Amino acid sequence: MGAKQLWGLAAVAALCISAPVKAQETIKIAFIDPLSGGGASTGEAGLKTYQFLADQLNAKGGVLSRRIEIVSYDNKLNPQESLIQVQKAIDAGIRIITQGNGSGVAAAITDFVAKYNDRNPGKEVLYLNYAAVDPVLTNEKCNFWHFRFDANSDIKMEALTNYMKPRSNIKKVYLINQDYSFGHAVRSEARKMLSAKRPDIQIVGDEVHPLQKITDFAPYVAKIKASGADSIITGNWGQDIALLLKAAADAGLQVDWYTYYAGSVGGPTGVKQTGLNHRVFEISEGSANIPYAPAQEIEKALRAKYDIGLLYPRVVNEMRMLVTAIEQAKSTDPGKIALKLEDMKVTVFNGGEGFMRAADHQFFQPMYIKSFGELAANEPFDEEKTGWGWRVIAKVDTADTVLPTVCKMKRPST
Amino acid sequence: MLELVIISILNGVQFGMLLFLMASGLTLIFSMMGVLNFAHASFYMLGAFFGFQIARWLGFWPALLIAPALVGIIGALVERYGLRNVHRQGHVPELLFTFGLAYVIEEVVQMIWGKAPVDFRVPALLDFPAFTIFTTNYPAYKLLMLLTSAGIFLVLFIVLTRTRIGLVIQAALSHPHMVAHLGHNVPLVFMSVFGVGSALAAIAGVIAGPALVTQSNMAGLLGPILFVVVVVGGLGSLAGAFAASLLIGLVQTFAVSVNTSLADVFAFAHVTPSPGSILGDLWTVTLAQIAPILPYLLLVMVLILKPTGLWGTRET
Repeated sequence: MGAKQLWGLAAVAALCISAPVKAQETIKIAFIDPLSGGGASTGEAGLKTYQFLADQLNAKGGVLSRRIEIVSYDNKLNPQESLIQVQKAIDAGIRIITQGNGSGVAAAITDFVAKYNDRNPGKEVLYLNYAAVDPVLTNEKCNFWHFRFDANSDIKMEALTNYMKPRSNIKKVYLINQDYSFGHAVRSEARKMLSAKRPDIQIVGDEVHPLQKITDFAPYVAKIKASGADSIITGNWGQDIALLLKAAADAGLQVDWYTYYAGSVGGPTGVKQTGLNHRVFEISEGSANIPYAPAQEIEKALRAKYDIGLLYPRVVNEMRMLVTAIEQAKSTDPGKIALKLEDMKVTVFNGGEGFMRAADHQFFQPMYIKSFGELAANEPFDEEKTGWGWRVIAKVDTADTVLPTVCKMKRPST
Repeated sequence: MLELVIISILNGVQFGMLLFLMASGLTLIFSMMGVLNFAHASFYMLGAFFGFQIARWLGFWPALLIAPALVGIIGALVERYGLRNVHRQGHVPELLFTFGLAYVIEEVVQMIWGKAPVDFRVPALLDFPAFTIFTTNYPAYKLLMLLTSAGIFLVLFIVLTRTRIGLVIQAALSHPHMVAHLGHNVPLVFMSVFGVGSALAAIAGVIAGPALVTQSNMAGLLGPILFVVVVVGGLGSLAGAFAASLLIGLVQTFAVSVNTSLADVFAFAHVTPSPGSILGDLWTVTLAQIAPILPYLLLVMVLILKPTGLWGTRET
């Protein structure tokens, strides 16, 4: 046997020994979101973002020299189905789960996780919520094992209505939202805040429609048109905002849009088609065109790899904080991670300070109001090949986003 | 207001005609074989995905012809080698067969095209507003959907009432044994009707694909409404299916634009249940909010009051 074969044998032997050990050592994160049906486009974009970030981390040697692995589960945007998927993830030995789409789903998961952790001491599960923004989750239903990385719905509405306040061209507003806890949170908060800040504004419509089930919004658009509204407020996301914008484009509806998620997959295409140049606004925690080099590098790399823009800057924050917490705790034990996470301060994706509030596990960060339209020379990123992109028109500093909480958190006794 | 009414009529008729394209095949198949074909909406979905794929390779117009033909052949094969064998065991196995088939088709579609929506676009040629009513644009593509469905309805109507083939089909609907004794090949008639019914559903799929959303749950979204159409119209009645399709299309579209709630209806009586109670919630729900369940409400009412359906002659 020559030296070459010997080396080969040794390499094979080494592989046999090291492979199973390595597999055990990966840090698994369960990604539980809709990957089929009306929420699929949103879920898919989220999954790609997580995978991209995990790949980046692994390329740098992982965390505690262990690889990060994202395992995806399709919850069909259904609370019942989500619990089955959470159980599946737990059975597969995963103890960190992340979910975002659908506050109904999030409420079910946070309840489930709280109960599971009570009953299975030593095997706790950590729940990182990256997008479900119903305020209840960090108030009445708050829970030690749940962390929210997006600003909650009230914070977003506060910022949006502050921006609307001085705009005297707004006279008639139409509310259209999805018929579930989050949609109702948006509409009631919009009514409350508008009547306080701009009592002269007339609310000419207050619509709720089934969640991710409508495939043709033409009847709704006809109704909006008939109401004579000049502005729309909507918390719609995923297919519900993309198809709404598309139907509005088809009918040629010329109004201003104040949205949470107009940037959802398919949304920008609809806006461009209607020619609503800088008349569609979105409130979110970041933007591609903010001139901050570290963020734009990530944006560029993600676009090069998956051909999608970064819809979730908060996911970058989430992964950054999770990694820091694991490194500080020198452990992947959910309880130890949670204790490190709960009062963490970080530099967020687009620069600036953000912090996790220990009292309710709500993350606070600078928020931006952006408008979609033609780009200036110093704004390099467009969306969905429309040639149009997002421009930041107002920034709300972290301190100004802090709202009180009624959370009375039950902490584990240790 | 007039603008809203006209636009709603256009939208409602267009959705109704689309429903009819599918319901016509379903109701014909039912009246011939006595089987409610659960997989019918799956053929609609297959049409949309085939259309998407062929439009990629050859363009939209060839897709509009080829995809329905392919689905029609698949439908005929399903009848010939699947249903006909199961037929001997009676109706329940047939029902289960189509039920299973719907799942198989959905899984296959997910395996090939994935679970997320595919990017099936309106052809550039038709991507412009056809006309403007007051201030609302009506897209040219929707006009195409309307005209295609109306054209097929006319052809179907003429074939069934004015030709010899139509005569045989109509006879086979009610007296299959008699027709067979007269020397007609009834199994062939069954197979052709199943094939053509599937092809009609597929046409609906190809034209609806770009306007609605082409994804693997589209059969599930539309299937239940289809049964409502067929039952409300009267099983086996083509005219009934046509009327019920339009009715449901219009009901759904108009209900969305009506904000009336029980509170408004009973406003004159000055009764208001306390807000927050169950009755209080019901009191303020608007017709627009319950628009999606109205067809099912109609289904239940029809089954209670006139089980034969509005135009049907036989018990459902």
